[in-house]
Amino acid sequence: MPTSTYAGTDVTVNDEGFFTDPAQWREDMAPQIASQEGIELTDRHWQVIKFMRHEYEIKGTGPTVRVLGKTSGVSIKELYQLFPKGPAKTAAKIAGIPKPRGCI
Amino acid sequence: MQRIVVLGGGTGGTLIANRLRRLVDQKSAEIVVIDADDEHVYQPGLLFVPFGLADPGRLTRPRHRQFRPGVAFRRAAVDLVDLERSEVCLADGTSLGYDVLVVATGARLIPEETEGLTGPGWMDKVFTFYSLDGAVALKSALSRFNGGRLVVGVVDMPVKCPVAPLEFCFLADWYFRRRKIRDRAELTLVTPLDGAFTKPVASRELVGLLDDKGIRLVTEFNTGEVDGAAGRLVSYDGREVGFDLAVMVPLHGGQAYVDRSPGLGDELGFIPTDQRTLQCKAWPNVFVIGDAADLPASKAGSVAHFEGEILARNISRYLAGEPLDAAYDGHTNCFIESGFHKALLIDFNYDLEPLTGRFPGRLGLPLLRESRLNHLGKLAFSWLYWHVLLPGREIPAVRSPMPTAGKRALLTPHPGSPPTQI
Repeated sequence: MPTSTYAGTDVTVNDEGFFTDPAQWREDMAPQIASQEGIELTDRHWQVIKFMRHEYEIKGTGPTVRVLGKTSGVSIKELYQLFPKGPAKTAAKIAGIPKPRGCI
Repeated sequence: MQRIVVLGGGTGGTLIANRLRRLVDQKSAEIVVIDADDEHVYQPGLLFVPFGLADPGRLTRPRHRQFRPGVAFRRAAVDLVDLERSEVCLADGTSLGYDVLVVATGARLIPEETEGLTGPGWMDKVFTFYSLDGAVALKSALSRFNGGRLVVGVVDMPVKCPVAPLEFCFLADWYFRRRKIRDRAELTLVTPLDGAFTKPVASRELVGLLDDKGIRLVTEFNTGEVDGAAGRLVSYDGREVGFDLAVMVPLHGGQAYVDRSPGLGDELGFIPTDQRTLQCKAWPNVFVIGDAADLPASKAGSVAHFEGEILARNISRYLAGEPLDAAYDGHTNCFIESGFHKALLIDFNYDLEPLTGRFPGRLGLPLLRESRLNHLGKLAFSWLYWHVLLPGREIPAVRSPMPTAGKRALLTPHPGSPPTQI
Protein backbone atom coordinates (compact mmCIF):
# COMPACT_ATOMS: atom_id res chain seq x y z
CA MET A 1 0.00 0.00 0.00
CA PRO A 2 1.35 3.49 -0.80
CA THR A 3 1.64 6.01 2.03
CA SER A 4 1.18 9.75 2.11
CA THR A 5 2.27 12.22 4.75
CA TYR A 6 -0.28 14.75 5.94
CA ALA A 7 0.30 17.18 8.82
CA GLY A 8 3.49 15.33 9.65
CA THR A 9 1.84 11.90 9.97
CA ASP A 10 2.22 8.92 7.60
CA VAL A 11 -1.10 7.41 6.49
CA THR A 12 -1.88 4.51 4.14
CA VAL A 13 -3.82 5.32 0.99
CA ASN A 14 -4.87 3.34 -2.07
CA ASP A 15 -3.68 3.88 -5.65
CA GLU A 16 -6.15 6.72 -6.11
CA GLY A 17 -5.17 8.46 -2.87
CA PHE A 18 -8.18 7.46 -0.74
CA PHE A 19 -7.50 6.61 2.91
CA THR A 20 -7.60 2.87 3.53
CA ASP A 21 -8.07 3.41 7.26
CA PRO A 22 -10.40 6.35 8.04
CA ALA A 23 -9.27 6.21 11.70
CA GLN A 24 -5.88 7.63 10.61
CA TRP A 25 -7.54 10.86 9.48
CA ARG A 26 -7.41 14.07 11.53
CA GLU A 27 -9.04 17.41 10.80
CA ASP A 28 -5.67 19.15 10.48
CA MET A 29 -4.80 16.89 7.52
CA ALA A 30 -7.77 18.09 5.45
CA PRO A 31 -6.33 21.42 4.19
CA GLN A 32 -3.26 19.67 2.75
CA ILE A 33 -5.30 16.93 1.02
CA ALA A 34 -7.63 19.63 -0.32
CA SER A 35 -4.80 21.73 -1.72
CA GLN A 36 -3.57 18.67 -3.67
CA GLU A 37 -7.00 18.71 -5.29
CA GLY A 38 -6.67 22.45 -5.95
CA ILE A 39 -9.17 23.40 -3.26
CA GLU A 40 -8.88 25.95 -0.45
CA LEU A 41 -11.28 24.92 2.30
CA THR A 42 -14.10 27.26 3.39
CA ASP A 43 -16.85 26.75 6.00
CA ARG A 44 -19.11 25.35 3.26
CA HIS A 45 -16.47 22.74 2.35
CA TRP A 46 -16.22 21.81 6.02
CA GLN A 47 -19.99 21.36 6.26
CA VAL A 48 -19.76 18.75 3.49
CA ILE A 49 -16.62 17.08 4.87
CA LYS A 50 -18.12 16.70 8.35
CA PHE A 51 -21.32 15.36 6.83
CA MET A 52 -19.29 12.79 4.84
CA ARG A 53 -17.52 11.62 8.03
CA HIS A 54 -20.82 11.37 9.87
CA GLU A 55 -22.50 9.36 7.09
CA TYR A 56 -19.51 7.06 6.83
CA GLU A 57 -19.58 6.34 10.56
CA ILE A 58 -23.27 5.45 10.45
CA LYS A 59 -23.47 3.60 7.14
CA GLY A 60 -19.97 2.38 6.41
CA THR A 61 -19.88 4.10 3.03
CA GLY A 62 -19.80 7.69 1.83
CA PRO A 63 -22.94 9.14 0.24
CA THR A 64 -23.32 9.64 -3.50
CA VAL A 65 -23.64 13.16 -4.88
CA ARG A 66 -27.40 12.71 -5.27
CA VAL A 67 -27.77 11.76 -1.61
CA LEU A 68 -25.43 14.61 -0.62
CA GLY A 69 -27.66 17.05 -2.52
CA LYS A 70 -30.74 15.77 -0.68
CA THR A 71 -29.32 15.54 2.83
CA SER A 72 -26.19 17.66 3.39
CA GLY A 73 -27.91 21.05 3.21
CA VAL A 74 -25.76 21.94 0.17
CA SER A 75 -27.39 21.74 -3.29
CA ILE A 76 -25.82 19.62 -6.04
CA LYS A 77 -25.02 22.78 -8.01
CA GLU A 78 -23.14 24.30 -5.08
CA LEU A 79 -21.46 20.96 -4.36
CA TYR A 80 -19.96 21.09 -7.86
CA GLN A 81 -18.84 24.69 -7.27
CA LEU A 82 -17.11 23.59 -4.06
CA PHE A 83 -15.65 20.36 -5.48
CA PRO A 84 -15.52 20.88 -9.27
CA LYS A 85 -13.91 17.50 -10.06
CA GLY A 86 -16.78 15.55 -8.52
CA PRO A 87 -18.17 16.24 -5.03
CA ALA A 88 -18.71 12.70 -3.73
CA LYS A 89 -15.24 11.49 -4.69
CA THR A 90 -13.25 14.63 -3.85
CA ALA A 91 -15.02 15.26 -0.54
CA ALA A 92 -14.53 11.60 0.42
CA LYS A 93 -10.82 11.88 -0.29
CA ILE A 94 -10.48 15.08 1.78
CA ALA A 95 -12.60 13.56 4.56
CA GLY A 96 -10.31 10.53 4.71
CA ILE A 97 -12.96 7.93 3.91
CA PRO A 98 -12.94 5.30 1.14
CA LYS A 99 -14.18 6.14 -2.34
CA PRO A 100 -18.01 5.92 -2.29
CA ARG A 101 -19.13 2.59 -3.70
CA GLY A 102 -20.72 3.06 -7.07
CA CYS A 103 -24.16 1.57 -7.33
CA ILE A 104 -24.54 -1.50 -9.48
CA MET B 1 -54.66 -17.12 11.43
CA GLN B 2 -51.68 -14.97 10.49
CA ARG B 3 -51.62 -12.52 7.61
CA ILE B 4 -48.81 -11.87 5.11
CA VAL B 5 -49.29 -8.63 3.17
CA VAL B 6 -47.26 -8.17 -0.01
CA LEU B 7 -47.07 -4.62 -1.34
CA GLY B 8 -46.66 -4.69 -5.12
CA GLY B 9 -47.82 -7.25 -7.68
CA GLY B 10 -44.85 -7.03 -10.05
CA THR B 11 -42.06 -9.53 -10.56
CA GLY B 12 -40.92 -9.79 -6.92
CA GLY B 13 -44.35 -9.49 -5.31
CA THR B 14 -45.92 -12.10 -7.57
CA LEU B 15 -43.20 -14.69 -7.27
CA ILE B 16 -42.86 -14.34 -3.49
CA ALA B 17 -46.64 -14.61 -2.97
CA ASN B 18 -46.72 -17.78 -5.06
CA ARG B 19 -43.68 -19.30 -3.35
CA LEU B 20 -45.10 -18.49 0.09
CA ARG B 21 -48.46 -20.00 -0.81
CA ARG B 22 -46.73 -23.30 -1.56
CA LEU B 23 -44.61 -23.13 1.58
CA VAL B 24 -47.04 -21.85 4.21
CA ASP B 25 -50.18 -23.82 5.12
CA GLN B 26 -53.40 -22.09 3.99
CA LYS B 27 -54.92 -22.71 7.41
CA SER B 28 -52.10 -20.93 9.22
CA ALA B 29 -51.66 -17.77 7.12
CA GLU B 30 -53.52 -15.80 4.50
CA ILE B 31 -51.59 -13.96 1.78
CA VAL B 32 -52.82 -10.63 0.40
CA VAL B 33 -51.11 -8.82 -2.48
CA ILE B 34 -51.88 -5.12 -2.89
CA ASP B 35 -51.26 -3.09 -6.03
CA ALA B 36 -52.70 0.15 -7.38
CA ASP B 37 -53.50 -1.35 -10.80
CA ASP B 38 -54.05 -4.71 -12.47
CA GLU B 39 -51.48 -4.39 -15.26
CA HIS B 40 -48.34 -6.49 -15.03
CA VAL B 41 -45.82 -5.25 -17.61
CA TYR B 42 -43.08 -7.60 -18.82
CA GLN B 43 -40.35 -5.01 -18.33
CA PRO B 44 -37.53 -6.84 -20.18
CA GLY B 45 -39.65 -6.39 -23.33
CA LEU B 46 -39.59 -2.57 -23.20
CA LEU B 47 -36.08 -2.43 -24.69
CA PHE B 48 -37.34 -4.10 -27.89
CA VAL B 49 -40.44 -1.94 -28.46
CA PRO B 50 -38.68 1.13 -30.00
CA PHE B 51 -37.07 -1.09 -32.64
CA GLY B 52 -40.28 -2.86 -33.60
CA LEU B 53 -38.97 -6.11 -32.11
CA ALA B 54 -41.74 -6.48 -29.52
CA ASP B 55 -45.47 -5.86 -29.77
CA PRO B 56 -46.33 -3.45 -26.94
CA GLY B 57 -49.84 -4.88 -26.72
CA ARG B 58 -48.46 -8.28 -25.76
CA LEU B 59 -46.19 -7.16 -22.93
CA THR B 60 -48.98 -6.62 -20.40
CA ARG B 61 -51.07 -9.24 -18.61
CA PRO B 62 -53.52 -8.91 -15.69
CA ARG B 63 -51.72 -9.08 -12.35
CA HIS B 64 -54.50 -11.08 -10.66
CA ARG B 65 -54.14 -13.91 -13.20
CA GLN B 66 -50.52 -14.59 -12.17
CA PHE B 67 -51.32 -15.80 -8.63
CA ARG B 68 -51.86 -19.31 -7.30
CA PRO B 69 -55.21 -20.17 -5.72
CA GLY B 70 -55.14 -19.01 -2.12
CA VAL B 71 -53.43 -15.69 -2.84
CA ALA B 72 -55.83 -12.74 -2.55
CA PHE B 73 -55.27 -9.73 -4.80
CA ARG B 74 -56.53 -6.35 -3.67
CA ARG B 75 -56.47 -3.40 -6.01
CA ALA B 76 -55.74 -0.30 -3.91
CA ALA B 77 -53.20 2.50 -3.65
CA VAL B 78 -51.08 2.54 -0.49
CA ASP B 79 -51.10 5.76 1.49
CA LEU B 80 -48.46 4.71 4.02
CA VAL B 81 -47.25 1.92 6.28
CA ASP B 82 -47.69 2.41 10.02
CA LEU B 83 -44.75 0.32 11.17
CA GLU B 84 -45.38 0.82 14.89
CA ARG B 85 -48.87 -0.68 14.54
CA SER B 86 -47.96 -3.15 11.74
CA GLU B 87 -50.69 -1.75 9.55
CA VAL B 88 -50.93 -0.72 5.91
CA CYS B 89 -53.08 2.40 5.44
CA LEU B 90 -54.73 2.47 2.04
CA ALA B 91 -55.70 5.54 0.01
CA ASP B 92 -59.41 4.62 0.30
CA GLY B 93 -59.20 5.23 4.07
CA THR B 94 -59.24 1.57 5.16
CA SER B 95 -56.30 -0.21 6.71
CA LEU B 96 -54.98 -3.75 6.83
CA GLY B 97 -52.92 -5.23 9.65
CA TYR B 98 -50.08 -7.66 8.98
CA ASP B 99 -47.95 -10.21 10.79
CA VAL B 100 -45.38 -10.08 8.00
CA LEU B 101 -45.07 -7.34 5.40
CA VAL B 102 -43.19 -7.87 2.14
CA VAL B 103 -42.21 -4.67 0.33
CA ALA B 104 -42.09 -5.44 -3.39
CA THR B 105 -43.05 -2.10 -4.92
CA GLY B 106 -39.89 -1.72 -6.97
CA ALA B 107 -38.38 1.52 -8.20
CA ARG B 108 -40.16 4.60 -9.54
CA LEU B 109 -38.98 6.78 -12.43
CA ILE B 110 -38.52 10.42 -11.37
CA PRO B 111 -37.86 12.36 -14.60
CA GLU B 112 -39.16 15.59 -13.07
CA GLU B 113 -36.23 15.65 -10.62
CA THR B 114 -33.80 16.50 -13.44
CA GLU B 115 -33.95 20.10 -14.62
CA GLY B 116 -35.54 20.40 -18.04
CA LEU B 117 -36.02 16.66 -18.63
CA THR B 118 -39.82 16.90 -18.80
CA GLY B 119 -39.70 20.44 -20.21
CA PRO B 120 -39.60 21.52 -23.88
CA GLY B 121 -38.86 18.59 -26.17
CA TRP B 122 -40.09 15.87 -23.76
CA MET B 123 -41.78 13.13 -25.81
CA ASP B 124 -40.82 15.09 -28.92
CA LYS B 125 -37.06 14.70 -29.09
CA VAL B 126 -36.39 13.58 -25.52
CA PHE B 127 -37.73 10.12 -24.61
CA THR B 128 -37.30 7.19 -22.27
CA PHE B 129 -37.90 3.52 -23.03
CA TYR B 130 -38.20 2.72 -19.31
CA SER B 131 -42.00 3.08 -19.44
CA LEU B 132 -44.44 1.45 -21.86
CA ASP B 133 -45.79 4.83 -23.05
CA GLY B 134 -42.27 6.14 -23.51
CA ALA B 135 -41.12 3.05 -25.43
CA VAL B 136 -44.12 3.30 -27.78
CA ALA B 137 -43.58 7.04 -28.40
CA LEU B 138 -39.89 6.44 -29.02
CA LYS B 139 -40.72 3.80 -31.63
CA SER B 140 -42.42 6.35 -33.84
CA ALA B 141 -39.69 8.96 -33.26
CA LEU B 142 -37.01 6.41 -34.24
CA SER B 143 -38.87 5.48 -37.40
CA ARG B 144 -38.84 9.19 -38.39
CA PHE B 145 -35.14 9.57 -37.52
CA ASN B 146 -33.11 9.82 -40.72
CA GLY B 147 -29.73 10.79 -39.33
CA GLY B 148 -28.15 13.05 -36.75
CA ARG B 149 -26.99 12.69 -33.18
CA LEU B 150 -28.69 10.05 -31.01
CA VAL B 151 -27.64 10.28 -27.37
CA VAL B 152 -28.48 7.61 -24.79
CA GLY B 153 -28.10 9.17 -21.35
CA VAL B 154 -28.18 7.70 -17.85
CA VAL B 155 -28.85 10.51 -15.37
CA ASP B 156 -27.61 8.76 -12.22
CA MET B 157 -27.42 5.36 -10.55
CA PRO B 158 -29.12 3.25 -9.36
CA VAL B 159 -31.26 2.30 -12.36
CA LYS B 160 -33.24 -0.79 -13.22
CA CYS B 161 -31.36 -3.19 -15.47
CA PRO B 162 -28.06 -1.27 -15.69
CA VAL B 163 -27.14 -3.04 -18.94
CA ALA B 164 -30.27 -1.83 -20.77
CA PRO B 165 -28.75 1.52 -21.89
CA LEU B 166 -25.86 -0.42 -23.48
CA GLU B 167 -28.26 -2.82 -25.13
CA PHE B 168 -30.22 0.13 -26.49
CA CYS B 169 -27.02 1.46 -28.13
CA PHE B 170 -26.20 -1.94 -29.65
CA LEU B 171 -29.72 -2.35 -31.01
CA ALA B 172 -29.76 1.23 -32.36
CA ASP B 173 -26.54 0.45 -34.26
CA TRP B 174 -28.16 -2.67 -35.72
CA TYR B 175 -31.42 -0.80 -36.48
CA PHE B 176 -29.68 2.07 -38.31
CA ARG B 177 -27.54 -0.36 -40.32
CA ARG B 178 -30.64 -2.27 -41.36
CA ARG B 179 -32.22 1.02 -42.47
CA LYS B 180 -28.95 1.90 -44.25
CA ILE B 181 -28.57 5.22 -42.40
CA ARG B 182 -25.81 4.20 -39.97
CA ASP B 183 -23.28 6.46 -41.71
CA ARG B 184 -25.56 9.43 -41.06
CA ALA B 185 -26.23 8.59 -37.40
CA GLU B 186 -23.87 9.46 -34.58
CA LEU B 187 -24.39 7.25 -31.50
CA THR B 188 -23.24 8.32 -28.03
CA LEU B 189 -23.69 6.71 -24.61
CA VAL B 190 -23.48 9.17 -21.71
CA THR B 191 -22.99 7.69 -18.24
CA PRO B 192 -22.15 8.89 -14.72
CA LEU B 193 -19.97 5.77 -14.29
CA ASP B 194 -16.26 5.78 -15.08
CA GLY B 195 -16.73 3.00 -17.65
CA ALA B 196 -19.42 1.11 -19.55
CA PHE B 197 -20.34 -0.96 -16.50
CA THR B 198 -19.61 -1.05 -12.77
CA LYS B 199 -17.51 -4.23 -12.78
CA PRO B 200 -14.02 -4.10 -14.35
CA VAL B 201 -13.85 -7.30 -16.47
CA ALA B 202 -17.32 -6.80 -17.96
CA SER B 203 -16.67 -3.07 -18.39
CA ARG B 204 -13.55 -3.78 -20.49
CA GLU B 205 -15.42 -6.24 -22.73
CA LEU B 206 -18.34 -3.87 -23.18
CA VAL B 207 -16.16 -0.84 -23.93
CA GLY B 208 -14.52 -2.96 -26.64
CA LEU B 209 -17.92 -3.83 -28.07
CA LEU B 210 -19.02 -0.17 -28.10
CA ASP B 211 -15.79 0.70 -29.86
CA ASP B 212 -16.25 -2.05 -32.50
CA LYS B 213 -19.69 -0.70 -33.28
CA GLY B 214 -18.54 2.93 -33.47
CA ILE B 215 -20.50 4.06 -30.43
CA ARG B 216 -18.93 6.96 -28.52
CA LEU B 217 -18.78 6.67 -24.72
CA VAL B 218 -18.84 9.75 -22.47
CA THR B 219 -18.06 8.81 -18.86
CA GLU B 220 -18.35 10.51 -15.44
CA PHE B 221 -21.06 12.77 -16.84
CA ASN B 222 -23.57 13.73 -14.14
CA THR B 223 -26.47 15.22 -16.06
CA GLY B 224 -27.64 18.40 -14.32
CA GLU B 225 -29.89 19.68 -17.09
CA VAL B 226 -31.60 18.42 -20.24
CA ASP B 227 -32.07 21.36 -22.59
CA GLY B 228 -34.57 19.97 -25.07
CA ALA B 229 -35.03 23.25 -26.97
CA ALA B 230 -31.32 23.63 -27.71
CA GLY B 231 -30.75 19.85 -27.92
CA ARG B 232 -28.03 19.41 -25.31
CA LEU B 233 -27.28 17.62 -22.06
CA VAL B 234 -25.39 19.76 -19.56
CA SER B 235 -23.40 18.14 -16.75
CA TYR B 236 -23.05 19.63 -13.28
CA ASP B 237 -19.39 20.31 -14.03
CA GLY B 238 -20.31 22.32 -17.13
CA ARG B 239 -19.68 19.86 -19.98
CA GLU B 240 -22.18 19.60 -22.85
CA VAL B 241 -23.28 16.82 -25.21
CA GLY B 242 -25.46 17.87 -28.14
CA PHE B 243 -28.30 15.73 -29.51
CA ASP B 244 -31.02 15.61 -32.13
CA LEU B 245 -32.73 12.73 -30.32
CA ALA B 246 -32.13 11.92 -26.65
CA VAL B 247 -33.07 8.63 -24.99
CA MET B 248 -32.82 9.21 -21.25
CA VAL B 249 -32.85 6.85 -18.30
CA PRO B 250 -34.39 9.10 -15.61
CA LEU B 251 -33.50 9.13 -11.93
CA HIS B 252 -34.94 6.23 -9.95
CA GLY B 253 -36.29 6.28 -6.41
CA GLY B 254 -38.60 4.24 -4.23
CA GLN B 255 -42.39 4.67 -4.29
CA ALA B 256 -43.92 7.83 -2.81
CA TYR B 257 -45.66 5.93 0.03
CA VAL B 258 -42.21 4.87 1.30
CA ASP B 259 -41.34 8.55 1.85
CA ARG B 260 -44.65 8.99 3.70
CA SER B 261 -43.96 6.03 6.01
CA PRO B 262 -41.73 7.17 8.91
CA GLY B 263 -38.78 4.84 9.46
CA LEU B 264 -39.22 2.74 6.31
CA GLY B 265 -36.97 4.10 3.55
CA ASP B 266 -33.66 5.88 3.01
CA GLU B 267 -33.09 9.28 1.34
CA LEU B 268 -33.96 7.85 -2.08
CA GLY B 269 -36.98 5.87 -0.89
CA PHE B 270 -35.28 2.46 -0.98
CA ILE B 271 -35.55 0.15 2.03
CA PRO B 272 -32.40 -0.52 4.09
CA THR B 273 -32.28 -4.32 3.93
CA ASP B 274 -29.99 -7.05 5.23
CA GLN B 275 -28.22 -8.19 2.08
CA ARG B 276 -28.07 -11.86 3.12
CA THR B 277 -31.41 -12.48 4.92
CA LEU B 278 -33.50 -9.87 3.01
CA GLN B 279 -35.07 -8.72 6.28
CA CYS B 280 -35.66 -4.98 6.71
CA LYS B 281 -32.91 -3.66 9.01
CA ALA B 282 -35.24 -1.55 11.16
CA TRP B 283 -38.36 -3.74 11.45
CA PRO B 284 -38.06 -7.53 11.94
CA ASN B 285 -41.55 -8.29 10.60
CA VAL B 286 -40.82 -6.47 7.31
CA PHE B 287 -38.99 -8.15 4.42
CA VAL B 288 -37.97 -6.76 1.04
CA ILE B 289 -37.65 -8.29 -2.43
CA GLY B 290 -36.49 -6.83 -5.73
CA ASP B 291 -35.79 -3.24 -6.75
CA ALA B 292 -37.34 -1.71 -3.60
CA ALA B 293 -34.33 -2.79 -1.50
CA ASP B 294 -31.12 -0.78 -1.07
CA LEU B 295 -28.92 -3.85 -1.71
CA PRO B 296 -25.57 -3.54 -3.51
CA ALA B 297 -26.99 -5.77 -6.27
CA SER B 298 -28.45 -4.92 -9.66
CA LYS B 299 -32.07 -3.86 -9.86
CA ALA B 300 -33.03 -6.75 -12.11
CA GLY B 301 -35.65 -9.49 -12.38
CA SER B 302 -33.05 -12.22 -11.98
CA VAL B 303 -32.15 -10.79 -8.56
CA ALA B 304 -35.81 -10.95 -7.45
CA HIS B 305 -35.97 -14.55 -8.73
CA PHE B 306 -32.84 -15.67 -6.86
CA GLU B 307 -33.94 -13.75 -3.76
CA GLY B 308 -37.33 -15.49 -3.88
CA GLU B 309 -35.97 -18.92 -3.00
CA ILE B 310 -34.17 -17.55 0.10
CA LEU B 311 -36.86 -15.08 1.15
CA ALA B 312 -39.78 -17.53 1.08
CA ARG B 313 -37.80 -19.83 3.35
CA ASN B 314 -36.87 -16.96 5.68
CA ILE B 315 -40.45 -15.71 6.02
CA SER B 316 -41.70 -19.17 6.86
CA ARG B 317 -38.88 -19.48 9.43
CA TYR B 318 -39.79 -16.09 10.88
CA LEU B 319 -43.43 -17.15 11.25
CA ALA B 320 -42.28 -20.33 12.98
CA GLY B 321 -39.98 -18.38 15.33
CA GLU B 322 -36.83 -19.95 13.82
CA PRO B 323 -33.56 -18.11 13.00
CA LEU B 324 -33.22 -16.70 9.47
CA ASP B 325 -30.91 -18.15 6.84
CA ALA B 326 -28.29 -15.59 5.70
CA ALA B 327 -28.08 -17.26 2.31
CA TYR B 328 -28.60 -14.70 -0.47
CA ASP B 329 -25.22 -14.19 -2.16
CA GLY B 330 -26.19 -11.34 -4.51
CA HIS B 331 -26.53 -13.68 -7.50
CA THR B 332 -27.43 -11.75 -10.67
CA ASN B 333 -27.73 -13.04 -14.22
CA CYS B 334 -28.32 -10.85 -17.29
CA PHE B 335 -28.49 -11.38 -21.00
CA ILE B 336 -27.07 -8.37 -22.88
CA GLU B 337 -28.63 -8.07 -26.33
CA SER B 338 -25.93 -6.89 -28.73
CA GLY B 339 -27.79 -6.71 -32.04
CA PHE B 340 -27.60 -8.91 -35.16
CA HIS B 341 -29.39 -11.73 -33.27
CA LYS B 342 -26.58 -12.09 -30.79
CA ALA B 343 -26.31 -11.54 -27.06
CA LEU B 344 -23.85 -11.78 -24.18
CA LEU B 345 -24.54 -13.35 -20.80
CA ILE B 346 -23.15 -12.14 -17.48
CA ASP B 347 -23.44 -13.90 -14.13
CA PHE B 348 -22.13 -12.50 -10.84
CA ASN B 349 -22.76 -11.96 -7.13
CA TYR B 350 -21.77 -9.63 -4.27
CA ASP B 351 -18.21 -10.94 -4.17
CA LEU B 352 -17.40 -12.18 -7.64
CA GLU B 353 -17.59 -9.93 -10.68
CA PRO B 354 -18.82 -11.18 -14.10
CA LEU B 355 -16.21 -13.45 -15.67
CA THR B 356 -15.67 -15.23 -18.94
CA GLY B 357 -16.35 -18.96 -19.25
CA ARG B 358 -19.63 -20.85 -19.48
CA PHE B 359 -22.90 -20.89 -17.51
CA PRO B 360 -24.16 -22.68 -15.50
CA GLY B 361 -21.36 -25.22 -16.06
CA ARG B 362 -18.64 -26.12 -18.53
CA LEU B 363 -21.09 -27.09 -21.27
CA GLY B 364 -23.39 -24.11 -20.80
CA LEU B 365 -23.95 -20.77 -22.48
CA PRO B 366 -20.85 -18.65 -23.20
CA LEU B 367 -20.25 -15.87 -20.67
CA LEU B 368 -19.22 -12.32 -21.58
CA ARG B 369 -19.04 -13.24 -25.26
CA GLU B 370 -21.44 -12.52 -28.12
CA SER B 371 -23.30 -15.58 -29.35
CA ARG B 372 -26.53 -16.54 -31.09
CA LEU B 373 -27.24 -19.04 -28.34
CA ASN B 374 -27.45 -16.22 -25.78
CA HIS B 375 -29.84 -14.31 -28.03
CA LEU B 376 -32.10 -17.37 -28.14
CA GLY B 377 -31.78 -17.53 -24.36
CA LYS B 378 -32.97 -13.96 -24.11
CA LEU B 379 -35.96 -14.68 -26.35
CA ALA B 380 -36.84 -17.82 -24.40
CA PHE B 381 -36.76 -15.78 -21.23
CA SER B 382 -40.15 -14.21 -21.93
CA TRP B 383 -41.80 -17.65 -21.70
CA LEU B 384 -39.79 -18.55 -18.60
CA TYR B 385 -40.85 -15.27 -16.99
CA TRP B 386 -44.60 -15.90 -17.16
CA HIS B 387 -44.50 -19.68 -16.69
CA VAL B 388 -41.58 -20.35 -14.33
CA LEU B 389 -40.39 -17.15 -12.60
CA LEU B 390 -43.75 -15.65 -11.64
CA PRO B 391 -45.25 -18.97 -10.44
CA GLY B 392 -42.15 -19.15 -8.24
CA ARG B 393 -40.68 -22.34 -9.66
CA GLU B 394 -36.98 -23.16 -10.04
CA ILE B 395 -35.23 -23.06 -13.40
CA PRO B 396 -33.49 -26.46 -13.77
CA ALA B 397 -29.74 -26.18 -13.09
CA VAL B 398 -30.04 -22.48 -12.18
CA ARG B 399 -30.47 -22.06 -8.43
CA SER B 400 -30.02 -19.16 -6.07
CA PRO B 401 -26.34 -19.68 -5.09
CA MET B 402 -24.14 -18.46 -7.94
CA PRO B 403 -22.42 -21.33 -9.83
CA THR B 404 -18.66 -21.16 -10.48
CA ALA B 405 -17.96 -24.47 -12.28
CA GLY B 406 -17.70 -23.12 -15.84
CA LYS B 407 -15.98 -19.83 -15.04
CA ARG B 408 -12.44 -18.85 -15.87
CA ALA B 409 -10.35 -18.06 -12.81
CA LEU B 410 -10.33 -14.50 -11.64
CA LEU B 411 -7.54 -12.42 -13.11
CA THR B 412 -7.96 -9.35 -10.95
CA PRO B 413 -9.40 -9.18 -7.46
CA HIS B 414 -12.73 -7.52 -7.00
CA PRO B 415 -12.24 -4.09 -5.40
CA GLY B 416 -12.76 -4.22 -1.68
CA SER B 417 -12.74 -7.99 -1.32
CA PRO B 418 -9.98 -10.59 -1.22
CA PRO B 419 -9.18 -12.49 -4.44
CA THR B 420 -11.45 -15.48 -4.85
CA GLN B 421 -10.20 -18.85 -5.96
CA ILE B 422 -12.44 -20.93 -8.16
